[in-house]
Amino acid sequence: MAQSRREFIKIGGVGAAAAVAGTGLASQWWGLDPDVVHDPGTDGEKIVPTFCELCFWKCGVLAHVKNGRVTKIVGNPEHPLSNGRLCPRGTGGTGLLYDPDRLKKPLLRRKGKRGDQTFEEVSWETALDFTAEKLLKIQKECGPEKVALFSHGFGGSFFKHLLFAYGSGNVTAPSYGQCRGPREVGFQLTFGSPVGSPETLDVANARVITLIGSHLGENMHNTQVQDFAAAIAKGATVIAVDPRFSTAAGKAKYWLPIKPGTDMALLLAWMHVIINEGLYDREYVETHATGFEELRKHVADKTPEWAFTETTIRPEVIVETARVIAGARPASLIHPGRHTTWYGDDAQRSRAVAILNALVGSWGRRGGIFVPSSMKVPATPVPAYAAKPKTAQDHPNGVAYPFADEVLSHGVCDATIPGRIGGDGCPIKAWIVYGTNLLQALPQRANVLEAIQKLDLLVAIDVLPAEIVGYADVVLPECTYLERWDDVAPVPWREPFLAIRQPVVPPLFDSKPGWWIAKQLANRMNLGQYFPWDDAGAMVEARLAAGGYDVAALKAKGVVRGKPVPTTTEDGLALSFATPSKKIELYSKQMEAAGLPPLPPYTRHEQPASGQFRLLFGRTPVHTFGRTTNNRFLSEVTNDNEVWLNAKIAKERGLANGERVVLVNQDGVRSTPAKLKATQRIRPDCVFVVHGYGHTSEGLKFAKNRGLDDSALVTKIAVDPVAGSTGMSVNFVSVERA
Amino acid sequence: MSVPKKRYAMTVDTRLCVGCKACVLSCKAENDVPDGFCRDWIVEDVRGEFPLLAAEIRSERCNHCSDAPCVKNCPTGASHVNEGGAVLVTHGKCSGCKACIAACPYDARFVNPKGYIDKCTFCLHRVQVGVLPACVTVCPTRTLAFGDLNDPESPVAMNLSSRRWKVNHPESGAQPNLYFLL
Ligand code: SF4
Ligand code: SF4
Ligand code: SF4
Repeated sequence: MAQSRREFIKIGGVGAAAAVAGTGLASQWWGLDPDVVHDPGTDGEKIVPTFCELCFWKCGVLAHVKNGRVTKIVGNPEHPLSNGRLCPRGTGGTGLLYDPDRLKKPLLRRKGKRGDQTFEEVSWETALDFTAEKLLKIQKECGPEKVALFSHGFGGSFFKHLLFAYGSGNVTAPSYGQCRGPREVGFQLTFGSPVGSPETLDVANARVITLIGSHLGENMHNTQVQDFAAAIAKGATVIAVDPRFSTAAGKAKYWLPIKPGTDMALLLAWMHVIINEGLYDREYVETHATGFEELRKHVADKTPEWAFTETTIRPEVIVETARVIAGARPASLIHPGRHTTWYGDDAQRSRAVAILNALVGSWGRRGGIFVPSSMKVPATPVPAYAAKPKTAQDHPNGVAYPFADEVLSHGVCDATIPGRIGGDGCPIKAWIVYGTNLLQALPQRANVLEAIQKLDLLVAIDVLPAEIVGYADVVLPECTYLERWDDVAPVPWREPFLAIRQPVVPPLFDSKPGWWIAKQLANRMNLGQYFPWDDAGAMVEARLAAGGYDVAALKAKGVVRGKPVPTTTEDGLALSFATPSKKIELYSKQMEAAGLPPLPPYTRHEQPASGQFRLLFGRTPVHTFGRTTNNRFLSEVTNDNEVWLNAKIAKERGLANGERVVLVNQDGVRSTPAKLKATQRIRPDCVFVVHGYGHTSEGLKFAKNRGLDDSALVTKIAVDPVAGSTGMSVNFVSVERA
Repeated sequence: MSVPKKRYAMTVDTRLCVGCKACVLSCKAENDVPDGFCRDWIVEDVRGEFPLLAAEIRSERCNHCSDAPCVKNCPTGASHVNEGGAVLVTHGKCSGCKACIAACPYDARFVNPKGYIDKCTFCLHRVQVGVLPACVTVCPTRTLAFGDLNDPESPVAMNLSSRRWKVNHPESGAQPNLYFLL
C-alpha cells in the first residue's frame, strides 16, 4: 500500500494541489463540521461470540453486526486460544462471508466429463435425491466401504458421523498424510501420545526454542505465535534451523541455514554432543526412558564434524547450540513442527526431535511439552453404528503402515484407480469431499485426476468453487462458519474449556449448514435415526444441558473455562507414558518388531544437480493454504506469491528482482509465471514459494492466475515407510524467465 | 495542582513484530477503510548478505507528531490537534488540497475516495471510551502499546524508560510519537 499512497501526488503535482487549495478555502464546506472525533460505527448493534474457521486452530471471536451485516470480527478475550487477539486471517472472516464468488446454489453435472465445469443449477431436493440415490446404489452393489470422505475443518464432524453410520471407515484428511502425520507417529512411538492440534507446547515458558524447518510467525497459529512472542519478550533464545532466513530466523540468536534434506544429521549430532558432554537430564532419562545405552552407541560416531559435511553447519556452531539447548533444560523446547512431510524419512526425523526433547526432559515440564486437559460433554445420544466399518482401504498393494493411526488420503486416492488395489479388487467408487481442495492438497496431480475420472460419484461440499469443485458431479454449497451451528468444541489445552460455534447472520444465497446437508442425506438413506435433532443448535444445547452447563451463558460468552488441572510436573502432574513399556522409548522395540530401524538412521537424500534448485514451500501469515487466496479483504495486504531465489544466483543468471519467472521441475512440468524475489534470505541451492496460489478454477474470479501453484510441481514423492505419508520436498526445479 | 495534558503515543516492539499484518487488517475493518487503502503498514528491513543477516519488522502509521507539519500546512484548519495530541482531519473542512500529504515526512496520508484526506486517528473514537486502538487490541504478539506519555505508569512511558528506542526521521523536526523499541 505504501507505494500507492503517493501515487496521486505524482498525478496532480504539488503545484496543482495548491491551486485546488484556493477553491477549497472558498468552498461550501468551510466552517462546517467542527472538530469532532469521527466514529466509523463498526461496533454495530450486536455482538455474537463464535469461533473462527479461517484455519483449523479454533480461536474464539466476537462478530459485530450492523443492519444484518457483519462489520468486523475481533478476538474473544474470554477464549483461551485467542485471548482477545487474532491472526490476520481471523480478522478477515468477512472477506469469506461476503466473497462474491461463493457457491450460491446446488449444482449438478448432467453431461460432459468431470472437470468440464458444465453444471446446471438445481434445487436442494434434486441435488440431495441424486446424491442419496447414488450412494444407496453403491452401498448395495459394492458395499459402503467403497465410499470415502475427505474432510478438513471442524464442520466435517457431521459428515464423518454420516459416513460411519453409512458403514465406511474411509474417512480421511490430507492434513495427516500430507502434513502432520509423521510428527504424530514419531511422538506417539516415543512418548505414547501425539502432539495434537493445537499443539500442546508450552512455548510461552520455554527459555530456548529450537525451530527446525518450522517458521512460526509465517505459519500463523494465533495462540502459538502469542506464546512465541511472550517467550521472546521474556528473553528466550531462539535457534532457527531453516535454509531460508524466515521471520523466526530474524528473531533468532542462532540461524542455522542448513542444507535442505540433512536435518537428521544435525539432530543426531546435537544428541551426540549432549550425551557426550553429559548435558542431558540424567535423572529424567533414568526414571522415565528406556534405550539410552542403545541411543548413546547409535550417536557415538555422529560427531559435529561428521554433521558439518552433511549439513554445512560449522562444528563449533553445532556444539554451541547443543550446549544452549541442553543448558535451558527442561524449559527447552525442540518444536515438533507442523508440516513435516519432507523427504520420506519424516517419522524418523520426528522421532529424533522427540528423542532430543526427551534428553532435555521437556515432556510434561514447564516450558516444554505439556499434557493437556479437556472438558467433558456427554456424547450425542444416537444409536450405535449398525456395522463396524471395514478397515480403511488406503493401503493398496498390500503395503500397510502399522503406525499410521489415521487414514491416508493419497492411499484412498490410489485405491480409487482400478488395478492398483489388493484385497477384493473392487476400487473405491465415490468421494465425498468436504472443504478440501484435493487438487492442491494431494501430490502427483495426474494420479489424482486419473482417480477422479474413475469414480462413479464425486460430491463436493464447499463454500467456494475451489478446483476440486469443478470436478464434482454434484456440488452442495455450504454456508460459512458465521452462518451456522457446528458441534461443541472441547479443545484439549493448557486449561480445559468448551467453545461453541453459533450463527451470527442467516445463510446467504441458497447455501446451507453442513449439519443440515448431512441430516438431509441421512434421511434419504434410511439413516435418519443417527440425526435425531431438528438442527445442530438443538443438538449442541442438548449436549451442554446434559453435561450440566449453563447454555445461556455459553451462548452469551461463546466459551466456558474449566478448573485448570496440572499439565506439567511443576504444577503437580505425575508423568506417565502410554507406550508398551510405559516409558519414553528412546529405542523403539515397536519399530524393531515391525522391521523398522528402532533408532533414527541418517539417510543421505538426493541433492539437486547444478542448475536445479530444491523446491521448498511454506506459508504466509495472511493465508491458509489456497483456501483464503480468493479472500479480497485479506488480499488487500498479500495477493500473490513470489519465487524466492538467492540474490547472487539470480544475478549470475541475469534475473532481476521482480521479473516474471516460471519454474520447471525434473519431470518437465512448467509452473505458471510468478514474480521473482531475488533475496539474500535463502541458500543458493533451493527456491521457496508460499503454497496455495496459482488457482485455475474459473469460479475463483479473484485468485485465478495469481502467483504460481507449487503443488503442480510436486510430481515426485518419497513415501515414509513408517507413517505412510508423502514427503514432497523432493522435487527439483530450474528457474526460467517467463 | 494542575493536571498535565495528555500526550498519546504508541510504541512498536521490533523484537516481537512478525509482520503478520493483523494490525493493518483490523484497522481496515474497524475504520471501514475503503478498498485499496490502509492506514497502517508493515516495513521489513533486512540487512546484510547471506548468511550474515539481520531483520527488523516495523508496524508504521501516522506519528501524531507533536509539531505536525501537516497541521501547519493545512490551509483550511481541517488537520488539527485533538485530544492527547492526536492529529485528526475534520472531514467537512477538508478541501482535498493535499498540502498535508506533501508536508508529511512519513507518507502517512491518503485521499479517501469519499473526498477528504484520511489517515490513522489513533482510534480516538475508541480511546475516548476507554478501549485501545484496534491495531493494539488485535496484535497477537503484543508488539504495540498505546498510552499517555505524560503518565509515567502508562505502558508507553514505561517502555521508553526501560528500553532502547528510535523514531523515524528525527531530523524532520516533527517530533513524532511513534516509537520503535529495539
Ligand atoms: S489462527 Fe487465525 S485463522 Fe486460525 S483460527 Fe485463529 S484467528 Fe482463525
Ligand atoms: S499485528 Fe502485531 S505482529 Fe502482526 S504485523 Fe501488526 S504489529 Fe506486527
Ligand atoms: S505523521 Fe504525517 S500525518 Fe501524521 S501527524 Fe506527522 S506529519 Fe501529520
